[in-house]
Amino acid sequence: MTHEAAHAADHHDDHRPSLWSWKRWVYSTNHKDIGTMYLIFAIFAGLIGGALSGLIRWELAEPGVGVLTQLPWIADVDAAKHYYNSIVTYHGLIMIFFMVMPAMIGGFGNWFVPLMIGAPDMAFPRMNNISFWLLPASFTLAVISMIVPGNGAYPGFGGGWTLYAPLSTSPTHHSGSSMDLLILSLHIAGASSILGAVNFITTIFNMRAPGMTMHRMPLFAWSVLVTAWLLVLSLPVLAGALTMLLTDRNFGTQFFQAAGGGDPVMYQHLFWFFGHPEVYILILPGFGMISQIVSTFSKKPVFGYLGMAYAMVAIGVIGFLVWAHHMYTVGMGLDLEAYFIAATMVIAVPTGIKIFSWIATMWGGSITFKVPMLWAMGFIFLFTVGGVTGVVLANSGIDTALHDTYYVVAHFHYVLSLGAVFAIFAGFYYWIPKMSGYRYNGFLGGLHFWVMFIGVNIVFFPQHFLGLQGMPRRYIDYPEAFTYWNHISSIGYVITAVGVLIFLITVAEMFIARRKAGANPWGEGATTLEWTLSSPPPFHQFNELPVIKPDSHH
Amino acid sequence: MTERHSQKRMAITAAIVSGVVAGMTGLAFAAVPLYDAFCKVTGFGGTTQEATRAPDHALERRIEVRFDSNIAPDLPVEFAPSQISESLRIGETGLAFYRVRNLSERTIVARATYNVTPHVAGQYFAKLECFCFQDRTLAPGEEAELPVVFFVDPELVSDPDTTGINTLTLSYTFFRSTAAPTG
Repeated sequence: MTHEAAHAADHHDDHRPSLWSWKRWVYSTNHKDIGTMYLIFAIFAGLIGGALSGLIRWELAEPGVGVLTQLPWIADVDAAKHYYNSIVTYHGLIMIFFMVMPAMIGGFGNWFVPLMIGAPDMAFPRMNNISFWLLPASFTLAVISMIVPGNGAYPGFGGGWTLYAPLSTSPTHHSGSSMDLLILSLHIAGASSILGAVNFITTIFNMRAPGMTMHRMPLFAWSVLVTAWLLVLSLPVLAGALTMLLTDRNFGTQFFQAAGGGDPVMYQHLFWFFGHPEVYILILPGFGMISQIVSTFSKKPVFGYLGMAYAMVAIGVIGFLVWAHHMYTVGMGLDLEAYFIAATMVIAVPTGIKIFSWIATMWGGSITFKVPMLWAMGFIFLFTVGGVTGVVLANSGIDTALHDTYYVVAHFHYVLSLGAVFAIFAGFYYWIPKMSGYRYNGFLGGLHFWVMFIGVNIVFFPQHFLGLQGMPRRYIDYPEAFTYWNHISSIGYVITAVGVLIFLITVAEMFIARRKAGANPWGEGATTLEWTLSSPPPFHQFNELPVIKPDSHH
Repeated sequence: MTERHSQKRMAITAAIVSGVVAGMTGLAFAAVPLYDAFCKVTGFGGTTQEATRAPDHALERRIEVRFDSNIAPDLPVEFAPSQISESLRIGETGLAFYRVRNLSERTIVARATYNVTPHVAGQYFAKLECFCFQDRTLAPGEEAELPVVFFVDPELVSDPDTTGINTLTLSYTFFRSTAAPTG
């Protein structure tokens, strides 16, 4: 690589291998190519995960067990019930592990962390290659797991994305190989993320350009650094819990079997010790992207830069101390509940610092409502709605009533499905001119935003009402009293699906029309290093390291 | 790129981070004995205590202990307490019986798990002797009386969280012992 880089510098030539050479992708050690593969993978997985949610909304559009019984491989109503739970499970796992994480960390992280800190590439380019290629393997196992026998002859695992024992270890309910394949799939996905995280931490600590101190580093790089630490600290615990599930299922251990002296609640503790940091893993890089975008389109540096950076660190640290608020109903005793309530509410403080600092960045700024800014403002609105319901759910008394209802579903879809996904789209529209070298059609991008914004709100806002009325999650059917808002929610899905279609059209139109973007399409507000390079950036950048001066903006 | 110098630093960083990964993996498994020890020490989740000696004194105040029984779905036994409840002085040693009968044609090895509610009282409910301390083998059709010898620690009344408690429920669930060969 060094040799090539030197060669390229000599000739002022890019030496970009052909787009159609398979070796370029399979053997890739280039952070931009790997980032591109991550993004394409995430879009692909997102379409599959989105199709699964379409089946959920289609089934729930009317009361009664309906459309799922019509599928050719569904024999009877019981099979449909299991299949519904299986769809819910795989929708969650695919969206988390194969859509949001690859897009934010693998995709944008790989592309822009080295560019923003002035590094020629990631610290360990070959490990980067392994990180990516483990994912398709993992995804393949997950897809196979979806179709092999899980519960008796019924395909797939139907115990929810949390894989709670004893249902996931029960020989009478999930004896099939589906659960074992799912465990292996998540092990591999975890290994991929841990390798990626080691790579990011090493890159950010050691490969910053001269003058790029930690406190001058763009907030997106900060967000990926914090996320990488969360991955390193939490994923091994998931791996441990999954290994215990695997040995309980296959090798006669009793970690989670009450009859053998184990404790199924311990699985919940281990899972959520991973699971809660995981939800911050899904949203923190989004925080970073939104900071860059809001600053760019307000033509102001981010308000309270240091506060923003350390708010993310604080969210990461406190994120490890609040896990049991996912399991108030296990009967943990009032003192412990009181602690977890208080600790959970404390997270609202650094999160509030971020929201208010974004607003303060916009305040008095010279704002242009370009497409990425629309998505960023949509993100701030939706994430705040989800955050408010999160504070409601943090109270164990209220949570006891709302636990496992659609109120919880609405809450976490507002922060993740809408929050994280809007951040991903914001980042996509912000950086795609840099990544592809082409400008997209602003009207189509704006249309995508508005259709999607209206669609997702119609999907998820009514679910608050359903939850407050007591509709539980993870059932294929519901009493007729819940019909009205369920029907509206399903209509919202159709609108959202049209939005996704507009997204695909926007991308296709951009690559067909080939309007040159230029190095910096966003003007004076875009101050980070990636905008100093051509669009798309040279195959190997920063052969002469940039020097960052103290007064340059973040 | 200042090649050689930074390569070494990067290797060190990567080694430290890998050490953290290994440490967290170890902690995940260390959580198993720690979690168990934590429940036993604190009476967390209504885990009852095991004692070797009854307390020296009993209080005047009385407390009612109720008895509850549950059976795992796949276990063909009859299992019920011989008495619904028992009233005794706090600190006094009580004796209660459960009755179990094997309804199947096969030998069953079973074990009972237990807790008390309210959960906060777990740390003050101690057993001197219990059928739940080990596996129980039941021949086909065999019926047995299972004793439990217990007391409520007088400390219960000095803890502000538990002083208002006048009724405790001791609950057992019989499971097929998973250590035994399936029969």
